[in-house]
Amino acid sequence: MAYDYSKYLRSGKIPHIWCPGCGYGIIMKSLIRAIDATGLNKDEIVLTSGIGCASRLPGYMDFNTLHTTHGRSLAFATGVKVANPKLKVIALGGDGDMTAIGGNHFIHACRRNIDITCFVFNNYIYGMTGGQYSPTTPKNSRATTAPYGNADNQFDIAQLAIGAGATFVARTTTYHAVPMEKLIKQALDHKGFSVVEIMAGCPTGYGRKNKQGSPANMILWQKENAIPANKAKEMSAEEMEGKFAIGVLHEVQKPEYVEAYDAQVGLK
Amino acid sequence: MAREIRFLQGNEAVCEGALYAGCRFYAGYPITPSTEIAEGLSASLPKVGGRFIQMEDELAAMAATIGGSIAGKKSLTATSGPGMSLKMENLGYAYLTEVPCVIVNVMRGGPSTGLPTGPGQSDVMQAKWGTHGDHPAIVLTPSTVQEQLNETVRAFNLSEKYRMPVIVLTDEIIGHMREAIEIPEPGELEVIDRKRPTCDPKDYKPYRPDADLVPPMADFGSGYRYHITGLNHAEDGFPSNNGKMAQADEIRQENKVMHHYDDIVKVEEFECSDAEIIIFAYGSSARSAKEAVIKARAEGIKAGLFRPLTLWPFPEKHLEKYVGKAKKFIVPELNLGMMKFEVDRVVKGQANVVGINKIDSDPITPVEIIDEIRRAK
Repeated sequence: MAYDYSKYLRSGKIPHIWCPGCGYGIIMKSLIRAIDATGLNKDEIVLTSGIGCASRLPGYMDFNTLHTTHGRSLAFATGVKVANPKLKVIALGGDGDMTAIGGNHFIHACRRNIDITCFVFNNYIYGMTGGQYSPTTPKNSRATTAPYGNADNQFDIAQLAIGAGATFVARTTTYHAVPMEKLIKQALDHKGFSVVEIMAGCPTGYGRKNKQGSPANMILWQKENAIPANKAKEMSAEEMEGKFAIGVLHEVQKPEYVEAYDAQVGLK
Repeated sequence: MAREIRFLQGNEAVCEGALYAGCRFYAGYPITPSTEIAEGLSASLPKVGGRFIQMEDELAAMAATIGGSIAGKKSLTATSGPGMSLKMENLGYAYLTEVPCVIVNVMRGGPSTGLPTGPGQSDVMQAKWGTHGDHPAIVLTPSTVQEQLNETVRAFNLSEKYRMPVIVLTDEIIGHMREAIEIPEPGELEVIDRKRPTCDPKDYKPYRPDADLVPPMADFGSGYRYHITGLNHAEDGFPSNNGKMAQADEIRQENKVMHHYDDIVKVEEFECSDAEIIIFAYGSSARSAKEAVIKARAEGIKAGLFRPLTLWPFPEKHLEKYVGKAKKFIVPELNLGMMKFEVDRVVKGQANVVGINKIDSDPITPVEIIDEIRRAK
């Protein structure tokens, strides 16, 4: 049966700005299906984003939507959530937005364990500004600002989130659209700060420069190199070389920030 | 009934004013000499059902303050010079998106980290022009601890009424000095809340202004789903590259302030009516100026004090009354001559405009001002 996405879309704002072959449309579809599955009311959802290709997503979605400054979506989201904890707050952004300029906000949102769901669209590159390297660009890869190959070491976003204190951390890819929907739903249901890193190819900004082939090839690369989390645990570092784990990587229960604050200060 | 008298520090009075105005959310980052505001509200906000959060940096504090306001709470942040510089990015966002909030800048000395524990008045131009792009600004400059309270209430009111950030620009001297002040009774001072839409949510346009040029603003979660972006936008809130529309919208924002000059601009004119020498002074420097005027009058010199409580928009209509009458204007300020430019602009060469300028962490004394008053030209 055809799925009715239109209930959640601002139809007048489509078509979207994303390039042919970009995985962000897949993420938006999975996000819609996951939100629908939670049964949340559209009026209680707030979607915040920063700047970049990924961050244009809220404009297409029929919620309370806040397109903020570069890297700052989690800081705005924190204000919204603390001022009105009844709202379901979702923050999203790309790898550059969340882990370079927004890196400080990202680690501190993880540390507080505030009840915000955070999606990081990881396409290894700054797409909107035309293909400069980001904190997740693999070492030696090419970018417009790394014409000799990238000298920087990479962030592992999921490990960064776990280390900083996020209580739900998962990774998925745009190839795994159906499992992605389930992971997003799990993240939305989790009480506390949840992070889902979503690997998405950027054929225009990254793929072309690094001879990754067609957009379809880039999606197949995700399929071939993604290892389910359970299996990855049993594999050696050598076996995992060039591969990455997908699924729920970390899940613990800890007091949620606003609830803990209210209890601490005697607010009912 | 007699009002409650309390012996408060200026920064503490800001907290009292914020609570009086209905502030229920504070996001900040500690910085001298503003920290007592954060400390005070971390203790008192929960008692009135509000929340306090110490963010990871000033950028985040400004962002969270804006987020809190969008979620429907009157929101405050406070800082000092270096922190104000960091806030500028998101302050610009608040201007473009027309989100009400109050920012207190307790000025200290020097650029960069400067003179952290000393007073300064060198952020006066930053308060008007600090963030990039054209935007209106409302900046209030209290001179007493009582005014720290009252002007904080007024800042919230103007912010809510005109749907924009308002800066309370004060300095280390007033922030840290103690004075006995009267706490206003509930209902004594006006408290204004933002206009919220009453139309059907389907018809809501978050940037369609009323006749007063201010658009009603819906709280997120109140049933009016809409989009807010830091990009120039159409009336429906969605981004637009239409330059003509962007220009019209930014001019409307300027006008929503300039067309309400009489409501926004507040000035104390002390002994000005027959004054031959007018001291233009604000904040802590105005305290010394007032003393100097009183002493000068005792000597038979016709001196007066022109003290803006609203620094931006610049009180030019008020000041123009004395142009052509006074022979000399003196502008004492703890910077190397910033507001003197503005006074010069209004005086247009019809009188001598002299600055008294210090950036050595010491206040300008009444004696320094009297010495300048006594100098004929």
